[in-house]
Amino acid sequence: MTVESPANPRDLTDSPEQTAQLEHTWHSPGGFIGWFTHVNQRMIGKRFIITAFIFFLLAGILGVLMRLQLAGPEQQLFGPELYNQFFTMHGTVMMFFFAIPVMEGFAIYFVPLMIGTRDMAFPRLNAFGYYVYLIGGIVLIGSLLLNMAPNAGWFNYVPLASKEYTPGYGVDVWTTMITFIEVSALTAAVELIVTTLRMRAPGMSLNRMPLFVWAALVMSFMIVFAMPAVIVSSTLLILDRLVDTQFFIVESGGEPLLWQHLFWYFGHPEVYIILVPALGMISTIIITFTGRPIYGYTALVLSVVAIGFVSFGLWVHHMFTTGLPQLGMSFFTAASATIAIPSGVQIFCWIASLWGARIRFATPMLWVLGFFAIFVIGGLTGVMVASIPFDTQVHDTFFLVAHFHYVLIGGAVFPLIGATYYWWPKITGRMMSEAAGKWSFWLAFIGFNVTFFPMHQLGLEGMPRRIYTYVEEMGWSELNLLATVGALVLATGFGITLVNAIWSLFRGQRAEPNPWGAPTLEWAADSPPASYNFRHIPVVKSRWPLWDWERDRERGVVTGLRNDRREVVLTSILDARPIGVQVLPEPTIWPFVSAVAASLGFVGIIFHPIFFVIAFFLVFFSLVAWFWPRRPWRKD
Amino acid sequence: MSLKKVYRKTGWLGAVVLLLTACEGSQSALDPAGSAAELIARLWWPTLFVATLVTLLVLTLLAVAVFRAHKKHAELPLSVRQSRNLVIAGGIILPLAATIPFALSSFSIGRTIHAPLPDDALTVEVIGKQWWWEVHYLDEAGDRIATTANEIHIPVDEPIRFLLSSDNVIHSFWVPNLQGKTDMIPGRTNLTSMTADEPGVYRGQCAEYCGTQHALMAFLLVAEAPEAFDDWLAHQRQPAREPATDAQARGREVFLEAECADCHTIRGTPADGEDGPDLTHIASRQTLAGATVPNRIGHLGGWITDPQHIKPGNKMPPSELSPEELQTLLGYLESLE
Repeated sequence: MTVESPANPRDLTDSPEQTAQLEHTWHSPGGFIGWFTHVNQRMIGKRFIITAFIFFLLAGILGVLMRLQLAGPEQQLFGPELYNQFFTMHGTVMMFFFAIPVMEGFAIYFVPLMIGTRDMAFPRLNAFGYYVYLIGGIVLIGSLLLNMAPNAGWFNYVPLASKEYTPGYGVDVWTTMITFIEVSALTAAVELIVTTLRMRAPGMSLNRMPLFVWAALVMSFMIVFAMPAVIVSSTLLILDRLVDTQFFIVESGGEPLLWQHLFWYFGHPEVYIILVPALGMISTIIITFTGRPIYGYTALVLSVVAIGFVSFGLWVHHMFTTGLPQLGMSFFTAASATIAIPSGVQIFCWIASLWGARIRFATPMLWVLGFFAIFVIGGLTGVMVASIPFDTQVHDTFFLVAHFHYVLIGGAVFPLIGATYYWWPKITGRMMSEAAGKWSFWLAFIGFNVTFFPMHQLGLEGMPRRIYTYVEEMGWSELNLLATVGALVLATGFGITLVNAIWSLFRGQRAEPNPWGAPTLEWAADSPPASYNFRHIPVVKSRWPLWDWERDRERGVVTGLRNDRREVVLTSILDARPIGVQVLPEPTIWPFVSAVAASLGFVGIIFHPIFFVIAFFLVFFSLVAWFWPRRPWRKD
Repeated sequence: MSLKKVYRKTGWLGAVVLLLTACEGSQSALDPAGSAAELIARLWWPTLFVATLVTLLVLTLLAVAVFRAHKKHAELPLSVRQSRNLVIAGGIILPLAATIPFALSSFSIGRTIHAPLPDDALTVEVIGKQWWWEVHYLDEAGDRIATTANEIHIPVDEPIRFLLSSDNVIHSFWVPNLQGKTDMIPGRTNLTSMTADEPGVYRGQCAEYCGTQHALMAFLLVAEAPEAFDDWLAHQRQPAREPATDAQARGREVFLEAECADCHTIRGTPADGEDGPDLTHIASRQTLAGATVPNRIGHLGGWITDPQHIKPGNKMPPSELSPEELQTLLGYLESLE
């Protein structure tokens, strides 16, 4: 393996045969069975993204149905039982089955491309994580269709979620599927951390890493530290429900608040796990559409890292009304307000970067500008609810519903849709329609504000969350009707993007490798990328390699990697000096088989504990097959 | 396409205007009638003002940033030093300047709200049920002296201590016009206090999701002059009045013989069930079914024959009474003032 700097990589001695051989090596098998053997990062990333958007659609439909019910007082479209399932599923699916997986999906797809490598560190683990996620999601949606969906809220507080108050399978499904999805998130996180730290292109030292990669790295570390808390809490709950342990049962000395501490110790970082990658997307889009380096790279990175740290010190602000001691809770007021500083630093770094730039107002940039307007309001209401006395008035009201939709839709979904428009040509090789993109943005932006802004007032006027109806005398009818109208406009806006995406697959204009003139490495690959991502692993000299290449008319590449097996370059953690070559595994069915075996256990224990034992052995044998030693030297 | 529309925050300004004008209600944090709610509202309005200013400032800066070089031939960027100063001013000084006074006033208000009550303050014990509120008045020794449900009376201008608990799932006790909410958590007794400054009827509602009928779990809080309150409490302490007519006596028989008495208590009669609200003085209450419908004879009859219609999923079973039995039962219950 050597590092070279030819004037043009095409001058390298690549015979068509060699390229064909490389293509063959990295090829993902076709056919129905073949589909389940894919391990390539782009295949898995794409599946994560598509599956997550399908869940977004389903949970969004539930949201619209809830808005229809609340459009007027004492409406009876749905009874309380069904409505309670709806809001439980809306929250659960949005948080666990859409927001985290879609961010992971984009990270899995784009981190290897942005750091200039050919796959992720553990491709088979990646595939396992996806199947676990897919099966978990199907079971959860299936439970809604069978009318046995969970109905104890996405936060699933005990004792309401205990067997005594919520019998039936709903909460069991919730609990096991949450554990399941966390396993999937952890595999992706470990994967992303190792890939980012050890597989960056030579020369891409940590301080040259694209900001989205930084964001994905911080997100992954947060997942590693946050998810175990919810795995522990949901495991304690499922034990309470299935084998009558008494962790949360007051009569036996159990403690309901234990659940809340564990859940929010995960639940608050969760919000930032969703937000942080979106911040990376914003930086990425701003750099490309201003066409110049971003101001405050270091400040932006440190802000994201700071948000990651501080987010673990905020969980009690979800519990200000539980009667914990005032002085102790005050700490969480201060910590929550502290988040305003790294958020403010980022906002103003972006403003400084946009200042006087000649901005191209393409669709991705519009979604980012929409982010600013919405996220600032969401952030400010976030500071408000950090106050204990104020929070006691608005906690669990529609004010909170407004607040976190401003943060999550404005802060995460808007940048996410922008990033989808931005990266769509790279993923599919086609451009989405700009005109439809702008219609979609304006409808979503207007619809969003009409839906959620009135909810601030509804909350202050005393309307609690999670109510399936309200009596007419409360005077909440007009604003609720307004919010429902807004929800329909918002749904139309998102719907246009969906239609646009499908349309573009067939009719979209073909995309160049770098249609936006972006500076990061993913745009050096073909659109869509070849199976091996890069014909030659690039060498990087600054934060903006593609702009360097354009200016210098030369680019460095790594040569000497073998074409007949899946080789990637390993580099050092800080400076990305090349230190070795790793051979990655080939497609295999075993991650899928393991995921099915594990699912059998997770779903089965809802009905009988014996499934745990059966699945244990099935998973054991599938893992043996999965890890059966490869002998790559035999091919030599 | 012009981007100017980005900054015309559609639906946003209009809603602010709404927010400033329409804020009256019997269940509204913006229409305080008690000292705690008053303090919190006093924190809210300046906070809203500052937050609006910050929003306008950030969005104005963003608009300037974005349109400065729009349709010009060259970029008009900030220098590195200007950028640094902008980030320090906007990203560090502005948040600190806004949040430090906010946090300090929040702490100070929290201290005032949670100041210890005088030992002889009237104490009301409220227990969250699925999906109604059990209310006990305690004497100074902490013994229950009167029991009612879904309607709490308090004297004005006097701090009242509330002991909040639950023997089932978590609920949250909230009267927005008077005080923020406090959760009712099984295994704990939480404490809150309220002082009503003006007489009035305020509505409270459960604010923690507690199962099927969380939506219709409300109550009334009646703040009245101390003399009126004393009369009310003295009356509530009495056992139920004896039937004055034969029809009422037959109604009481119906009550005791049907399954009513398994769940409900009428003090002064053998009915001592504890699963449902105490009905000793039911006719004195303004509402039924957790402040869902007014307490009129039509609603009461409808509630007894088909409670699942008014409040689906609630724990009261339908009664199979003949029309005549129902009439006498209603007559008896109507007499329980």
